Amino acid sequence: MIPKRQAIPWRDIGVPLSVFLATLALWEGLVRWKNIPTYILPAPSVILATLIQDRELLFSSLLVTLGVTFEAFVIATVCGVALALLIAQSKWLERALLPFAIALQVTPIIAIAPLLLVYLQPGNAVLVCAFLVAFFPILSNTSLGLASVDFGLRDLFDLYHASPWQRLIYLRLPSALPQFLTGLRIGGGLALVGAIVAELAAGASGQGTGLAYRIVEAGFRLDIPRMFAALALISLSGLAIYGALAALSHVLLRGWHESARAQDA
Amino acid sequence: MTAFDIADAQRTAQALVSLRGVGKTFPSGLVALADYDLDVREGETLTLLGPSGCGKSTVLRLIAGLARPTAGSIDWRTPRIENNIGFVFQDATLLPWASVFDNVFLPLRLGGFSRESASPRVNEALAHVGLLEFSRALPRELSGGMRMRCAIARALVTRPALIMMDEPFAALDEVTRFKLNDDLLALKRRLGATIVFVTHSVFEAAYLSTRIVVMSRRAGRIIDDIRIDPELARDDDYRTSNSFADICRRGSLALRVAIEEATP
Repeated sequence: MIPKRQAIPWRDIGVPLSVFLATLALWEGLVRWKNIPTYILPAPSVILATLIQDRELLFSSLLVTLGVTFEAFVIATVCGVALALLIAQSKWLERALLPFAIALQVTPIIAIAPLLLVYLQPGNAVLVCAFLVAFFPILSNTSLGLASVDFGLRDLFDLYHASPWQRLIYLRLPSALPQFLTGLRIGGGLALVGAIVAELAAGASGQGTGLAYRIVEAGFRLDIPRMFAALALISLSGLAIYGALAALSHVLLRGWHESARAQDA
Repeated sequence: MTAFDIADAQRTAQALVSLRGVGKTFPSGLVALADYDLDVREGETLTLLGPSGCGKSTVLRLIAGLARPTAGSIDWRTPRIENNIGFVFQDATLLPWASVFDNVFLPLRLGGFSRESASPRVNEALAHVGLLEFSRALPRELSGGMRMRCAIARALVTRPALIMMDEPFAALDEVTRFKLNDDLLALKRRLGATIVFVTHSVFEAAYLSTRIVVMSRRAGRIIDDIRIDPELARDDDYRTSNSFADICRRGSLALRVAIEEATP
């Protein structure tokens, strides 16, 4: 009958963790063996010590960055899904709106950020930047999902004279779920990237308190271990966001969608 | 019953739906069907047999309202029949995220029934196809034959007077196919619905049908209209009987003509 939930296989966690630990050991050994100064390349142990020593400063900045990332991600999800639903209702709306969404996506956010900082408060500019980069993948993936309904199932709903609302609730939204979740996974990571890029731009102009600002600040002081510590926190945050969204995707798709089944295999 | 009696009895049965001069030309210019006449009579199991591309599935889709004819008319005895058709597609076409129960419940849900009020009918349909104990399973947990049973239960749940079946067993292995053929006949005896069945297999057509219409690839021209005694017992003995062999021979000959007509 229904398969029991499987434990996460060793290869999914053990292999990457082993490679990561081996890389850290190699890095630590190389720095000690060659006596590389910390202002050029700090050893992992020094970075860890800096993380512990500067934890209050770094973690408060991390909370600021993550707060903006989360806020932007939620707004991007709501707007992305809403626009995808609008586009799915009408080809005219698609023709009218999609070019603007694509134009925003293909314009590098690093080029938009300084302009946003001119017009908006730094906090809002960071939020808008993070929103802009997260929005498009959610929109495009959800649109693709809504448009990719199986022809046989469409016929089935035609046969039973389903209303547009019934089609949306019982067919199009569940059909679009895998692509929507893919959009969320991409958008979640990109929201963090957008927030960091905007913070870097804001940091360069002497504003902001996020983690990227700490990197800029540490760079000015040649505090390389703190730069690495902040970088490590950003990477870990990105991994955590991706992991959480991948887990959500797995829970929602487990049992019926090929992508989740392939992971179970 | 003599062949004459059978034909006479079947002709006197009222047509549920009549196709008159029906044509279907796709926007690409492909003519799938032209000047096609067919009466589907109450109680019969009518099989459309013919080579690929002869328009069998198009006939089914036109009757079910899934496509519109570009010529001719489709007349129903009552609108009630037209609005309640069961359809079993070539693939089981199940919602992969929904349980067996929810898949069978779908037509009633779309018709405005609540889960509670529909539950007895869903369970009845599941019991008809032997899937009651699998009601909570997801489609991927079922075998190909069980998925097709689920699709049949979904087609039955609205208690339609007419069930369309578009090569439903084509993708199944021979053993499962034989079993489902017998199950379909048992269901037919129990429920009495009219069935329009599409297949490539002369043997399947001869086993299941009370009437076989052999179609040519030339825009659906009818090569032969074979009437089979509905009183004949459909069992293993029938599969080896002379009457079965005769029907298969006649169907095969008509099919050969259909294929030769199709070859340029």
